[in-house]
Amino acid sequence: MHRPPRLSSVSGAVRALEVRDLVVRYQGRAAVDGLDLDLAPGQVLALLGPNGAGKTTTVEVCEGLRGRDAGEVRVLGTDPAGAPDALRARLGVMPQGGGAYPGVRVREMVGLVATCSARPLDPDWLVETLGLASCARTPYKRLSVGQQQRLALACAVVGRPELVFLDEPTASLDPQGRRLVWDLVRALRADGVAVLLTTHLMQEAETLADHIVIIDHGRTVAEGSPDDLTAAGADRELRFRAAAGMDLRLLADALPEGCTVSEPTPGSYLVEGSIDPQVLSAVTSWCARQGVLADDLRVARRSLEDVFLELTGRELRS
Amino acid sequence: MTFEAGTFTPAPGRGSLGRMLATQVLLETKLALRQGEQVLLTLVIPLALLVGLTLLRVVPLPEPRATSALGTVLALAIMSTAFTSQAISLGFDRRYGVLRRLAATAVPRWLIVLGRLGGMAAVVLVQVVVLAAVAVALGWRPGAGSPGWVVLLVVLGTAAFGAVGVLLGGSLRAELVLAVANIVWFVLLFAGGVLVPAAALPGPLATVVQLLPSGALAEGLRTALVGGTPSTVHVVVLLAWTVVAGGIAVRTVRWS
Repeated sequence: MHRPPRLSSVSGAVRALEVRDLVVRYQGRAAVDGLDLDLAPGQVLALLGPNGAGKTTTVEVCEGLRGRDAGEVRVLGTDPAGAPDALRARLGVMPQGGGAYPGVRVREMVGLVATCSARPLDPDWLVETLGLASCARTPYKRLSVGQQQRLALACAVVGRPELVFLDEPTASLDPQGRRLVWDLVRALRADGVAVLLTTHLMQEAETLADHIVIIDHGRTVAEGSPDDLTAAGADRELRFRAAAGMDLRLLADALPEGCTVSEPTPGSYLVEGSIDPQVLSAVTSWCARQGVLADDLRVARRSLEDVFLELTGRELRS
Repeated sequence: MTFEAGTFTPAPGRGSLGRMLATQVLLETKLALRQGEQVLLTLVIPLALLVGLTLLRVVPLPEPRATSALGTVLALAIMSTAFTSQAISLGFDRRYGVLRRLAATAVPRWLIVLGRLGGMAAVVLVQVVVLAAVAVALGWRPGAGSPGWVVLLVVLGTAAFGAVGVLLGGSLRAELVLAVANIVWFVLLFAGGVLVPAAALPGPLATVVQLLPSGALAEGLRTALVGGTPSTVHVVVLLAWTVVAGGIAVRTVRWS
């Protein structure tokens, strides 16, 4: 695997987050085992992995809430160890679960966190925007898990931070709530905020992230842009249905170099190789010449889930 | 949902420390006075005991009864707030991750601790005012007491019980804290020199009680309220509990 250089020196812009060879051990067992991360301002980095992969531990080290056993970490150019007050003022943190007094009302909690910042967003606007207006006076312990999660999100962004950590921001939300969070993350990114989010939802990582790091057992198993990850190394395929037992020689000749065609089961055809518009047109014109209608024609592309399964042999949601 | 461009443009910075502290103290006070179980412990029971002890001659108390009863319930009220209520809320606040939440903001950690102590002090102040007002209605006349000693004992008692409460609430699981804090409260009320004065307890227990924060505070307050000077032992006992429990708490209390 490509080994990134040590921490970037003073040259160039300060990155939002830089992690090199991070190791965190729990009772001798490495929960995070040599992780590297990079995040630039105005970008979204998704840490994708199953439960217990080391996502939360990594985030907590970056937030300064947890120590590390080895490695270098720079958050906005500063080592978060010991969580210096001046650094924390520039971060927004959404912890996984909890994060409020059991009896505190929604509006009070957002107000409390807002006073920690010099130029916070308007708490009333934020409460309203995140769909919490109807429970603004409800004590925290009586909120639904989804409402608690939206409150945690409000507390993470109210201080107008430069870098936001979102630990499983949509884990308990309904599709509507999830879409709201996604819109918010996109708005943060557009306004130049750097976002590190953890998730075990592929769709979330694929939709939001500029860069995805898939981790398992505290190690990077793959990383890249969503497109890189789903396209890289994969020979894509094209499938269609037509009459059984057609003569494929003409089609094989018409296909570009490197593409093969077969009939795995009668009436079901498979073209393998690098599928581009040229391949598609070769298939459809061949069908036209044969006087058949290609049915159920589709280009299959690996999903992030397939990638993850290949890499770890495990279900992401396990 | 679409957001106007620039809504989230970073503008970080720490808020004013004074406002942060004031907001936290006010919020912690409101939370303590809003929660039914806590108010039962910190205000309702002390008030009921104040009225009962003054009007019903069940427990032997030196005359004037309203004065002696006030000493007893002030000690109880401080124990309820600084120890039981504080330990339980700390236990559950840790469970709910609020300390970690606050620790992840720009608030300095010392300010979070100060905010908690401020909330506790504010509740004690409310208790003192309410109990004193009711005691006046029951016939207590403040003129006879030693106000300096009373204030000092209230402060020392709050500190001693607060230190033990933080130690308990900061180290065990929330449910365990709840159970232990309530049992200890109950035991100290009856056998710790609060309700029953040390002198009325059997020999060895009487000696032990003098060394407990409950006994020292209640005895001291009853003495100071009738104009006497509390024994040095009581003052030293309260100081010692503060220093020892506080010292251990600083090392052992966990934020989550």
